[in-house]
Amino acid sequence: MSCTEIVTALYFGGLLNHDPANPGWEERDRFVMSKGHGCPAQYAAMAGSGYFEESLLLTLRKLGSPLEGHPNVRKLPGIEASTGSLGQGLSIGLGMALAARLDGKGWKTWVLLGDGEIDEGQVWEAALAAAKFGTSNLIAIVDANTAQQTGYTRDVLNTEPKAEKWTAFGWTTQEVDGHDLDALLAALRRAASASDGHPQAIIARTLKGKGVSFVEKEYGYHGKPLTADESRRALEELGWK
Amino acid sequence: MEIGKTLNLPVGKATRLAFGETLRELGAEDPNLVVVDADLNNSTRTDLFLKDFPDRFFNVGIAESNMVGVAAGLASAGKKPWISSFATFMMSNAYDQLRMSVAFPGCNVKVVGSHCGISIGEDGPSQMGIEDLGLACSLPGFVVVAPCDEASTRLATRALHAHDGPGYLRTGRPNAPIIYGEGVTWEFGKATTLKEGDDLTVIASGLMVGAALEAAAVLAADGISVRVLDVHTFKPFDEATVIRAAQETGGLVVVEEHLAQGGLGSIVAMTVSRHHPVPIRFVNLGDQFAESATPGELLDKYGLSYREVVDAARELL
Repeated sequence: MSCTEIVTALYFGGLLNHDPANPGWEERDRFVMSKGHGCPAQYAAMAGSGYFEESLLLTLRKLGSPLEGHPNVRKLPGIEASTGSLGQGLSIGLGMALAARLDGKGWKTWVLLGDGEIDEGQVWEAALAAAKFGTSNLIAIVDANTAQQTGYTRDVLNTEPKAEKWTAFGWTTQEVDGHDLDALLAALRRAASASDGHPQAIIARTLKGKGVSFVEKEYGYHGKPLTADESRRALEELGWK
Repeated sequence: MEIGKTLNLPVGKATRLAFGETLRELGAEDPNLVVVDADLNNSTRTDLFLKDFPDRFFNVGIAESNMVGVAAGLASAGKKPWISSFATFMMSNAYDQLRMSVAFPGCNVKVVGSHCGISIGEDGPSQMGIEDLGLACSLPGFVVVAPCDEASTRLATRALHAHDGPGYLRTGRPNAPIIYGEGVTWEFGKATTLKEGDDLTVIASGLMVGAALEAAAVLAADGISVRVLDVHTFKPFDEATVIRAAQETGGLVVVEEHLAQGGLGSIVAMTVSRHHPVPIRFVNLGDQFAESATPGELLDKYGLSYREVVDAARELL
């Protein structure tokens, strides 16, 4: 849930240039959900955009469903990369950005990373290489939701100060409240229009389980479904009618 | 002793060089061919492509994992990337990326592992790719090829480029004896019968094909008729030719420059045990690392020469 506003801004804020009726359109922007476990938010946005019927959302993780537990490019049109082994999406995104440049195309590549995910060394290999190649058409968004599998990121492996790190690695970096939709949209637009010869990073400060008080407070909800009672309370808090 | 010496087999180019030269030719033919490198291009010989096509060449530094991911991204946007490193770094350092970013989505990425086996010599065990084929074969959807000489490596490189999907090519460091001369055909996915024979079959790949031919000559002097197969394509595996060899010759010796686990021996044993079980002997590196020395010294010490093939054959007869 921490990345809900980020995904909403991309899919419904006029940023991700895509055509749900034609998922293979060559000029489309590419969106890579590198933090593959965040795919339910993407599936919801895809349903809302018209990639598939909303009823399909209820087949999530069920036998035969194209909505697998982590994104599978071979199952669901509109998914750009199979992810789920953390740390790999930024490299894939860099390859896409280089392909666009080789072909002289204007489409962008957006990669959404988790703040636990950036523990992975491959992310920093990709960050260095993107800076070397000066891919302004590559935008990395770090969903800095403060928590990962077994604890708070500051305790498990402290990757702060994040903005300074990405800047030091050669990226143009912005830091933004990832739940403030207007601020997010402004940051994403700035990144999308950049042509400064640097890849673009956005550190989005978020909270895991944002909007649900008892989840926000407890990292133990990582990847754990809510009980029926918890779901009812959560929907009440979110104002779902 | 060097492989092929007892037969005075002419020495050709290293398979890594034959690959590099062919990649450069393919670069001129296909504008979608791109190369990603982890700073070993002058060893794996993608430097030849770099000279002609610097705009389509991306050196990402000593970062194999990122190299694989970048190639996957290029492939998913329609490019035809080739990546390379020493076989052991290519497979062992970046295996998760090969599995997750290439095999699982089925990306059209061609992966080259050079410096295979122990015949790299003095650089020592840290640089020796002795497990790469087992690992490559464990990537669902990959095709896997381990050619033995210059001419067959050129054909293998072209076959892989024409194949739409992930693939692995194994190349070696030393100059390799020429096996494919005039009149011998090589076909992707088909084991080559280099020599007909009725008493037993020696099945080999890579540099060990030369040793197999040497062993066949020694045994012929004793009146033993040995069939020799070059099984260069591991996936898809030419079961029919191997099963026919089992049926017609009644015994197999499998020789390869690889660990016992997961190599050609495993595939041959699995194949014949289902279709036509016959006694098999295995000549390989076993379950150990080698050491630093000249290639010839290492092949002798670790039992990868025609002598071990002859001994194994005599056991069978």
